[in-house]
Amino acid sequence: MISIQTEDFSLADEYAAIRRQAGDAGAIVTFTGLVRESYRDSAQGASEGAVQSLFLEHYPGMTEKCLNEIQQQACEKWPLLASRIIHRVGELQSHDQIVFVATASHHRQAAFEAAEFMMDYLKSRAPFWKKQVTDAASSWIESRASDQAAIERWQKS
Amino acid sequence: MLSIHYFASIREALDRDREELELPAGVNSVQDLIDHLLLANPHFATVFSEGNKVLVAINQTVVDRDHPVAELDEVAFFPPMTGG
Repeated sequence: MISIQTEDFSLADEYAAIRRQAGDAGAIVTFTGLVRESYRDSAQGASEGAVQSLFLEHYPGMTEKCLNEIQQQACEKWPLLASRIIHRVGELQSHDQIVFVATASHHRQAAFEAAEFMMDYLKSRAPFWKKQVTDAASSWIESRASDQAAIERWQKS
Repeated sequence: MLSIHYFASIREALDRDREELELPAGVNSVQDLIDHLLLANPHFATVFSEGNKVLVAINQTVVDRDHPVAELDEVAFFPPMTGG
């Protein structure tokens, strides 16, 4: 199941939900991504000041399609019993939860790997764009070569 | 009609999020469409300037510049994704 939403999510509720769906799972992996205070380690490097807020734009329709495909690919590569993706859009503040991925499988390796795969693909293939708003200015965050490299790792294996 | 959607920095540079366009004569591929848009609107020169990576999706799938474009297609232009 996938969700694209403006509202926050509860890790406890999501964990309980996937645990119910997962049947005889021996492993559940959950990952939560948060809004950082600074995105200065990206290529542009020039922005000053702490991030006041982050604006998340997406491409309605294509986003859902991409997330469903990513989830489907993960299910083909690993024996998953359940999986979940939540991505928030709109205006977010520093330290807010922004993304959630959960996977359930009989064994931990599949759950860990599938969660990482889903996050790696989501970052570079799902049509989301982050804009940071600081004291000084607002600017679109540029994509990072390391995110692309993260995907290539899965294509080799 | 083609529907063309623009997102993020490209939406801002063009000051529009979408437009409808009759498929112009002679436009068969994504590259043809880009060439047409460059002639039609000077702001596109900034968007497609060298070193500015622009991705193109046709009917919500990212495609190469030689991908065909047909009447009724949904076309989108956007920068590399930065979600997660």
